[in-house]
Amino acid sequence: MRISVGKGSCGIAAGAAEVYDILREALGDTVTVTGCIGMCYLEPIVNVDGDTYVKVDKNAAGEIIKLVNNAENNAKANLIKQEDIALLNAQHRIALENCGVIEPENIDDYIKRDGYTAAKKCITELTPDLIIEQVKISNLGGRGGAGFPTWFKWNAAKNSLTADKKYIICNADEGDPGAFMDRAVIEGDPHAVIEGMLIGAYAIGASEGIVYVRAEYPLAIKRLDIALAQAREKGFLGENLFGSEFCFDIRIKAGAGAFVCGEETALIASLEGERGMPRLKPPFPAQKGYQGSPSNINNVETFANIPWILRNGGAAFSALGTEHSKGTKVFALTGKIAKGGLVEVPMGKTIRDVVYGVGGGIKDGKQFKAVQMGGPSGGCIPYELIDTEIDYKTLAATGAIMGSGGMVVMDESTCMVDMARFFLDFTCKESCGKCTHCRVGNKRLLEILERICAGDGVEGDIERLSELSNEIKDGSLCALGQTAPNPVLTTIRYFKNEYEDHISRKKCTARQCKPLLTFVIEPDKCIGCTLCIKKCPSAAISGELKTAHVIDQEKCIKCGECATVCKKNAITS
Amino acid sequence: MSCKCEQSCWVFSDPTINISKLEPCLIKYQDTKGALITILQQAQELYGYLSPELLAYIAHRTGVKPAKVFGVVTFYTQFRTKPTGKHLILLCQGTACHVNGSSAIEDAIKGYLKVNEGEISDDGLFTYNNVACLGCCSLSPVIMIGDKTYGNLTKESTVEVLKGIACAERAELKNEN
Repeated sequence: MRISVGKGSCGIAAGAAEVYDILREALGDTVTVTGCIGMCYLEPIVNVDGDTYVKVDKNAAGEIIKLVNNAENNAKANLIKQEDIALLNAQHRIALENCGVIEPENIDDYIKRDGYTAAKKCITELTPDLIIEQVKISNLGGRGGAGFPTWFKWNAAKNSLTADKKYIICNADEGDPGAFMDRAVIEGDPHAVIEGMLIGAYAIGASEGIVYVRAEYPLAIKRLDIALAQAREKGFLGENLFGSEFCFDIRIKAGAGAFVCGEETALIASLEGERGMPRLKPPFPAQKGYQGSPSNINNVETFANIPWILRNGGAAFSALGTEHSKGTKVFALTGKIAKGGLVEVPMGKTIRDVVYGVGGGIKDGKQFKAVQMGGPSGGCIPYELIDTEIDYKTLAATGAIMGSGGMVVMDESTCMVDMARFFLDFTCKESCGKCTHCRVGNKRLLEILERICAGDGVEGDIERLSELSNEIKDGSLCALGQTAPNPVLTTIRYFKNEYEDHISRKKCTARQCKPLLTFVIEPDKCIGCTLCIKKCPSAAISGELKTAHVIDQEKCIKCGECATVCKKNAITS
Repeated sequence: MSCKCEQSCWVFSDPTINISKLEPCLIKYQDTKGALITILQQAQELYGYLSPELLAYIAHRTGVKPAKVFGVVTFYTQFRTKPTGKHLILLCQGTACHVNGSSAIEDAIKGYLKVNEGEISDDGLFTYNNVACLGCCSLSPVIMIGDKTYGNLTKESTVEVLKGIACAERAELKNEN
């Protein structure tokens, strides 16, 4: 019998650690840990010999113990529903093939699922050129966001003969707010990343690997650390691997928190102990990277795809997807989504397939308004374009980008001007300050947006935003500055009416921008219960018991507390 | 700055900073090129924050210019130059949390602790900081206290979490007395 508890960061936050402790105490060593299977909305999840139990609390854990002990039980109540299994089956898992299935802290579990066979085959049977050839056939693009062909980078690093030492670096500095693909992959299947790096290192001739991982991901760091130690013990890292001349080891470097370090040259500067500021390319990292040596940097998900590609052949990977984008892509599906979590779908599926087919549609039966892809560098795609295919080129044509995989769904209660303001606030804080356009220009964009959200927008603001946005794109050195105005440009492109509402009519239809709201009590709905009077922090509401209350607009601070307590929905804004 | 001695001449106005604790880390990394961030991370782990005096000391020991050390510290969000309360609350301001109402959670925390971001509450127990994303987007809105993550928060449940911690602290204090 095998019982596993999904203990990713999100599972633990939902209570998986307590459930694990209860089961472990009662059932002993048969209870193991897995990473995140991706169905975050069902956490905590327990698997008993292939049967999945969801939303397992302390009581349900007790029922599972009875079930295992063949006693009368009600464990069935928490058995996963067919409709949820269907959502899982609508996916195609390559990078996530082991996530939520294997025990991430046990290398034997990974080995049982053909782990390290690809690395062994590469090192003992294939030349670097043959490996790069397979990656080229697979047409794998960089999963960090840009989609740049992985084989091309590997080839450039391989051909760089200037130094005696080369580095392979894994970018796990997942700075995009609203994305957690890399965290889940490292927490759930760390050996896939290690094996991917090992194959890459052999292909380019690197002797040292570094994983640059966010300090905010303590569990990912811990699991990676354990995985590295186990890989060394088994002889998959270290000297003369698989009986060859090839020596390679990996170390972890905890990042210190800077979004711009997702940029290759900034990441290298950070690894060297400097402020993480990008520099001009060329020279490219493949020629002159970490410590001046040729270096190759790929994203976590890119590496996690590599063992599968080498096991099944590049052609099997490129058989999936569209003409320009091959394979699958992992998305973190969040926001106003009914069944959010981590999903992996083949390229070429539409946004509708992901949101409705895999994510179960919008939360609380509300209307889909937009989906934000690519985080602060991306854009908002409106309902009219929901049938857009997931493909680097088609997504770029909408003004958004594929990005690293953040997919934040928004409904009618999300204000698009406020979203643009939110992202600009983020990029302003994260701009490294090197380029004037990015440092000052984005600040000015933010000020205009703040003004609009505060109800002080003026005619000409939309044009000013557009003009300045385009100048920032042209005048910035790295992708952070070049893409920072994207959230502004796409919201203007698709939701111009909302900007106009804010500026001319001083209205926020999503009711998010508080300075634009006027709270009014509808007299025929109000029953005079005095709840709102008691709740109001500024004593702005007056009225006798059982008579309609009134809000004094002079005193009202627009906090909205009255509307949340009113049981009769008598307060409108 | 020309003083060549290792610890004796350095006086730290914060009595909780026991500089000898940092010694093993300094010995290990002081001559390693590019290890500044690692040293700063370990120092913050030990002392909770990086005081200006501590930064000057690290600069002295590593041979990196003080201005550069300060430049690195202020560049990265992880580093703090002021002390924090006993429990550091990280309030996620990622996109998913924003969409799902993190501003209301911030109001609740501010209202309960009666402090602004980065300040210590009167009882010395809490400081809250906004962070870009904790990567638990499906549980948004989320806060992290210590190594524990709390998800699907409302204003009320946030206050309950804080009250629970404060209560446990008071009980512990009572037991000690």
